[in-house]
This record gives sequence, C-alpha cells and structure tokens, in this order.
Amino acid sequence: MPGPGPGRRLASGGAIDRTRTLGFTFDGREYAGLEGDTLASALLANGLAGGFQSPLLGRPRGVMSAGPEEPCAFVEVSAPWFDLLAPATMLRLVDGLAAIPRTGVGRLPPPDASAVAARPRHAHVETLVVGGGVAGLRAAREAAERGDRVLLLDERSWLGGTARSFEQVEGRPAWEWVEETAAALRSAPDVTLLTEATALGLYDAGYAVIHERSRPVEHLWHVRAKRVVLATGAHERPVAFAGNDRPGVMLSGAVLTYLDRFGVLPAERAVVWVANDAGYATARALRAAGAEVVAVVDARREGEAAAQDQARADGLEVLAGSVIAATDAATGSGHVSGAFAVGPDGQRIRLEAELLAVSGGWNPVVQLHRAIGGGLRYDPARACFVPDGGPTWLSATGAAAGEVPAAEPVWHIAAGDGDSSALSTSLSEHFVDLQRDQTVSDVAGALDAGLRSVEHIKRVTHIGTAADQGRTSGTLAAEIVNQLLGADPGAQGPTGARPPWAPLPYHVLAGPFRGRLFDPVRETPIHPWHVAHGAVFENVGQWKRPWYFQREGESMEEAVLRECAAARDGVALMDASTLGKIEVVGPDAATFLDRMYTNAISTLPVGRLRYGVMLGLDGMVFDDGVAMRLAADRYLVTTTTGNAAAVLDRFEEWLQTEWPELRCWATSVTEQWATIAVVGPLAREVLWAAGTDVDVSTAAFPFMAWRDGTVAGVPARVTRVSFSGSLAFEVNIASWHGLQVWEALYAAGQPFGLTVYGTETMHVLRAEKAFPIVGQDTDGTVTADDLGMSWIVNLRKGDFVGRRSLRRADLTRPNRKQLVGLLPQDTAALIPEGAQLIDPGSVGASPPVPMRGHVTSSYRSAALGRTFALALLEAGRQRHGDTVFAFDARLTEPIAATVADPVFYDPEGARRDG
Amino acid sequence: MLLLPCPWCGLREEVEFRYGGQAGIAYPADPDALSDEEWADYLFMRDNPKGPFAERWYHVHGCRRWFNLVRDTATNELLAEGR
Repeated sequence: MPGPGPGRRLASGGAIDRTRTLGFTFDGREYAGLEGDTLASALLANGLAGGFQSPLLGRPRGVMSAGPEEPCAFVEVSAPWFDLLAPATMLRLVDGLAAIPRTGVGRLPPPDASAVAARPRHAHVETLVVGGGVAGLRAAREAAERGDRVLLLDERSWLGGTARSFEQVEGRPAWEWVEETAAALRSAPDVTLLTEATALGLYDAGYAVIHERSRPVEHLWHVRAKRVVLATGAHERPVAFAGNDRPGVMLSGAVLTYLDRFGVLPAERAVVWVANDAGYATARALRAAGAEVVAVVDARREGEAAAQDQARADGLEVLAGSVIAATDAATGSGHVSGAFAVGPDGQRIRLEAELLAVSGGWNPVVQLHRAIGGGLRYDPARACFVPDGGPTWLSATGAAAGEVPAAEPVWHIAAGDGDSSALSTSLSEHFVDLQRDQTVSDVAGALDAGLRSVEHIKRVTHIGTAADQGRTSGTLAAEIVNQLLGADPGAQGPTGARPPWAPLPYHVLAGPFRGRLFDPVRETPIHPWHVAHGAVFENVGQWKRPWYFQREGESMEEAVLRECAAARDGVALMDASTLGKIEVVGPDAATFLDRMYTNAISTLPVGRLRYGVMLGLDGMVFDDGVAMRLAADRYLVTTTTGNAAAVLDRFEEWLQTEWPELRCWATSVTEQWATIAVVGPLAREVLWAAGTDVDVSTAAFPFMAWRDGTVAGVPARVTRVSFSGSLAFEVNIASWHGLQVWEALYAAGQPFGLTVYGTETMHVLRAEKAFPIVGQDTDGTVTADDLGMSWIVNLRKGDFVGRRSLRRADLTRPNRKQLVGLLPQDTAALIPEGAQLIDPGSVGASPPVPMRGHVTSSYRSAALGRTFALALLEAGRQRHGDTVFAFDARLTEPIAATVADPVFYDPEGARRDG
Repeated sequence: MLLLPCPWCGLREEVEFRYGGQAGIAYPADPDALSDEEWADYLFMRDNPKGPFAERWYHVHGCRRWFNLVRDTATNELLAEGR
C-alpha cells in the first residue's frame, strides 16, 4: 500500500485546471486530481510517490518518468474503460477512473465489459509527422505550407511535447507558440492533428499503424504517407547505481515536467544529479517551487561546464566531478531518504533528500527508424545513438535526429570501497531494466557465461523485452556491456524494438472483425433449409457445410449410420453446391487441360465426364475432380471444395506465365450453380416423382454423362457421377433455383423414405469405396501411384504438370507409403485418425520404434457393420493380410488391425447403376 | 507493407498480391530430356540474393494478372517494373 509520500500540488502554475476536480480510485482508495492531469501526476500530487511493485523481486517502485518510457508505474484500468496494461504516465485522468497497480499477470474482464470496437481508419497523406513537440509542429507547418495533406500525431494528451513554459520559440513564449501553431494547422485544409495516438509500427513505403486512444472508442489507423518525419523526441536515460530503483528516484526531465506542466512538486528536498547542462533547469524549477535543492551533483569535472558556475552564482550548491553511487531508504515505504555522492577524490558524503532527479543524458527515440531498416551512429559528444541511413521517404527532426544536449557518458557507477554500511557493494541492486528486474549483476553474469553480443544478452536477461520495450534500458544495457568488456562507448548499440511500439489491447487490433465478421462465411443457396432441419455444420474453407442432420435424441454416430444406410439402400440427398467449378473455354481448352491433368481430357466427347487428377510439379497429388465437356471448346471442371481458388490460380499461372499462346480462359462459376446429389438405388424414382424431362434410364443415361433438361420445372444440367459408389445423379441448377429444387426433390422423395445427409456420411461412403480426399488421405507427399491410382496417369499422351517428377528416385522407391484399408480386429474399435502404425514386434517395445505409416480416415460403416480405416502404409500393397498396430496418445492400448485392399464396398462396381 | 506497381491497376497494397518467387525460370521445353539433377535444379533451386532481384508477383485479389519487377531485397526499393 502506498504510504503518504512527500509530493504536493503547487498553488499556481502548470497546464492543469484547478477549478475542475476529477475523482478517481487507485488501488481501491478514492482520490481527487485535476483536469489536465495524468494518473501519474495526480498520484504524485496526492503524495503517492510509490505504490508500485517490481514484478520479479517485489521491490517498492514509484513513478520514474513523465512519459511513455515509464518502466515502473503500470496500472490496470477497470473504469470507465478496460485496459490491462497502461503506464500511469500516459493515462489522461478522467472522472471516475479506476486503476490498480499492475502486478503479475493481468486479468481479463468478462466479455461484455470489453471496450467498444471501432472500425479501423485509413488515411493517405503526403506527410506523416510522428510527434507533436516543437520540432514536429514545425515539420507539419512546413508540409502544410507546401500544400501537403498532413497527419501529425502525438502519444501524449497535449501538443508541445516537453516544451517548457519558460522557454521561447521563434520569439514567443513556448506554450503560446504551440497553441498558435496548432490552431493554424487545425484551420489549414487537409491537416489532421491527433493526440493520445501512438505510432505502433512503421513499415515499407511509408505505411504506419497508429493506435488512437480516444476513449471510450479506440481507433486503429492505417496510414500511407509519401514522407514520414520522425519528431519522436528523446527519452532521458537513467544511470545504474546501487538502489537506483527506489521510489523517489526520478528522471530529471520528468521532475521538470511535473513541476512545469502539472504544478506538482514530487518532494520538498531534492538532489539533482546531472551529466549535462539540462538538469540545472530542473534544479532551478525545484527551488522556484519552494523545494530545497540539497545539491546539484555534476559528473563533469570542475570548470568543465559553464553551467556549474552560473548555478553557484544563483546560490545552488554544485558538487562537480561527482557521481551518485547509492541511495538509502526510509524503513517501511522503501522511499529514498538519502543519496551517497562520491567526489573527485573518492570522498563520500550522504545527502539527505526524498527526491533524486537523475539525468544520464538523452536517447533520441529512433526505434521506428530502426524497425524500417535505418541504422544508428554513435555521437560521442552527446553520448547517444542517432539515426543513420534508412529509407528515402523517412527523415528525423529535432531531438529524434540527435539534437539533444551534450552529455558526459555516465552509464554505471560501480560500488566503491565505501565506508558506509548503507552502501551496497553488490551489483544486484544496480538496476538496468526496472520492468524486468535486471541488474548490472545479471549483465555481468551473461558476460561470464561467454556472451558478448547485446542481442544474445537481451535474450538471456530479457532486458528490453518488457512492455516498455527497453525505452530506458536498451542503450543503458548496451553501454554497460561496452564498459564491462572494456570497449569504447558506442561499440555496441541498443537492440531493436518490435512493433507494437507501445502496448495496446487486442480488441483494438481485432476492431469490429470478430464473430461473424472475423472471416467471410460462405453459405450455399440451400443453407436456410439445412439450418431449419437440424444440420450440424462444419467449416470447409470458408464454407458452412452440413456435417450431419441430427434428429431428436440421436447421437452423431447414430445419425451418420442412419444417413449412410439410406444412401446405400434407399435414397438420400446431399447439398454439393460447394464443389469448386471452373469453366475452361477457348479453342485450346482441350490442349490446356491435357497439360494440367494426368489423363487425357482432350479425348472426352461432348456430353461426357471424366475423373481427373492434377499433380504438383513435384509429382504429388494436388487436386482431383471431374471434367465435363460442354462443347468442343468448353469444359466445366470441378475441384475439391477447399481447393477451388488454388486450382483457378494455378490455371491462371500456367496460362499467363508459361503458355500465353494458348487461346484459353478460366472462370470460376462455383457460385453460379447449386448442385444437389440424389444418391441411392431409388434415385431415379425420386427424379421421376419430382418431374424431369431427362431420360434417366440406365440405357439412355450412362455413367459419367451429362444431360440438359428440366428438373422440378426449372432448367437443369443432370450428371451421372458418383462419389459414393451408389447410383447417383447430380442435379445442377442456377443457384437461385437451388433451394426450390432441393425442396421439390425432398418432397418428391418422402414416399421413398428420402433422407438428407452431410459431409460425414459423404466421407464414410467414399471411404468404403477408397475414393481419396485430397488433403485428408493426401498431404502433399502422396503420388497417384501411392493411392493405387496409377491407372489415371497417362504417360503416353504427352507432357503434363508433374510428369517428369514421376521418374525421380524418391517417387519410384519400393517402400513408399501406399493407401491400404485397415480392418480393426475388434470390429467395434475405432482407430483415431492420425494414429501411427507400428509393427507387431514394436508393441510394448521402448520407443523409438519404426513408424510404418499413419491412419488417414477412420469410420464406422453401416454397410459393413463394423469399423474400418484408410491408411498410408510402407509398401502397403504388398502387405494385405498382415497385422499392424495403430497407436497414438489418445489410445491406452494399441489397436490391432488387418491390412486389406482399401475398396470395401462393392468392389465389382455393381451398385453404380442402381 | 509494400506498395506494388501492378502494370494494370497501379500502386496497390501488398496484401492484394501473392508472391511468385524468382522471375525468368522457364518451364523446360523438354522435361524428359533433363537428368534428375537438372530437373531437381529447375524444381527446387532458386537464387536468394541480397540486392536487386527479378521476381514475379500475382495480383490475386485484383486484376489477377502476373507481372515481374525488380526489387532490392535489402531495402525493398523497387528498381524496375515490367509485365
């Protein structure tokens, strides 16, 4: 629990509105802040300097910064919106804000409490300016004067960045200049200014993703810019020394921000420790606010900086050539109570203070520049890394470009042989990454283990991998590595940061694209009927297909057995509309298809159909389907449901890139047709009952033929094709007639006991016939011969895609895995699909044992009255009659099965004609 | 995300395209005449330079045309456009 700390609100000054009080809760207690506060400034104004805990070691922590670089003060917000992870320094205070210090793993809210998801916003501009400080506003003004469309964003809730009220810009008081410039920009055409908006990532060709935290509705912006200007400023750097993580140790510039912008004094007694001139402004502001500045400790030697004498002239105590080596703390709160300064001669004095303002120099914020391929250059005068190179459309300005004060390189103050017992001599209290609780001792340990690269050290220590992405620790860690290795400063630089550059809730990334909008859903024209008749659906690609139709009180297994029996012994309907359908048209269509399929398609007469298989160039089965010749120069080919787009893409690729001379065009017609399979020995009776002018008698309508006519009063193309082995017709009608014809066939079939079935029954029926499913029984390593289908490969007809590969040694070796049937010796045992096959001698042996193959399909068969499976088994065709064992983690005991020919149902093909 | 110059549609977002690998690898005129090694070379072996690379792109979610361009694989700078 936070104790009463030393901070307070000043009577005047700042950009806060003292007339507008905002109530908030922190860690369950009620407090008041002011309009214009951040949560962090309100906490400090309420005397809550601490209140946070380090994640691994549980050490007391407090607010260290006033910006996005904050490593300690993370909160979880529960009202008026939800945010799992937010730095208190970036959280604009609103009335009713409820926050708790973030410790450990966050807790997700119940789904109904999640924030409103907004549509992403898209913007196209000539100039995108990241950062709305003075440099960014100038860049935006220049671009607007050029006539550019401009988008400027800043992650804080105000513009002007760290411009101070007492500074001048272009002869105007800084804050007035900011207001005037922003107002002029806002009134310019095509200029947008965003606050509380963070650029999460910068990508090729001026593409940026931005998170706008405009509560309660947050926005994700996608921006394309001709030019991107990084005006991201600089983050002040801490220094590693003993106890540098205690509440009350703050960055010097942050102290100045709390004084100047929020009118908050963090403590009454302060020590300011600098390695540059800038910290002197903090000392002066502290004193002006009524605080006692115990000393300005300046790492630079006496006389090295004019600022030292100027400060003395103003009555400040300056300890030149000195560093702070340690802090001590009041018992209980862990808050700083004193700092130990070490002078040029090694003398050590304790300075009593509740605030230690540290300035180790500035790091230009270059992470976005680096993420898009820009490099870094070490600037020794400023002891920092500045942007170097990068894409032509990207530039940096202001502090981000390296315009930061000159600084003495001060990274790590090793503990000396101190005489004070309060002075830790252990490097394990010299913190480098406060959010990961990593210290100089951890860095030294990584070096002792032999690591040298900061990239490796990062991965061992996790320095820089926390939610703050190493804003304060990245450069510090690299320079400590340089120092410990005896290398020059800048020898190695900080590791890179990855997008997102600031934490954001997943719901912002998801936006409205969840639930039904997550992915397009494709439904057949008959879909409403399926919904109304108890279909359980499965996803096949983006299609919703009925999996099985469940009746009251029926299990899935019972439903599938019932559906299978109907298709084998009576009549059944299936919605096959999802089959991919491509029209291939043109004088060279036949030539083209001969090159795509393993068998001859050109010899197919008009009016007939032919099954075909396509291979990849590597000779492996790619897809299968049926080619239907509609005219001499016109085919319709079907593809598997999930592969329709890939097949069309493949046709386009070959037609455009290899054979542009072929006069042949391919067009998807999948959604133009609804397809209804009428399956079973009574299929003709149902067609007659529904009414058709197509002669469907066996004599007039042979297998693998098509006829145009009408069915149930609408134009239809009827095919005789069977994916089940039973007599079957497929009725193809315009998709808008699909539902009507389905209902007519269903009604006509009722006297014959017509049953509807889904994909599971389809799978069982085709597996009983050993018709493979590409993607289930094949996996990209299976040839037509492996499937027992060498009959479909016509090596005499000329070249086709994949043909040459069939002669490769790997495709002709005798022990390839081949499709076999498996009959479990316990006729009720169902082998899980995916189970591995092992030899009988391997059962009970300690692993590893040889894996001989795996099960690709496994079902209960109504027709066989038992279970069966399809499998790919090494040299399987030679092993019919052998016993193998199927096993995987889902089984307690291996299942013994007999290898068999995979065609279990009607091997003579007698049922095809009904 | 790249902005790619489709010769038919102009500059479009990378998500509209599919990458097609190295350009200029023609399907052999007579695959049967190739040794296993030559065929494997055609099937599997591609250049992977750091620097300019002639490659194929397919405007799959647009005009569905294939085209070539030259891209610097180190900087993603587009150096030449083609059809």
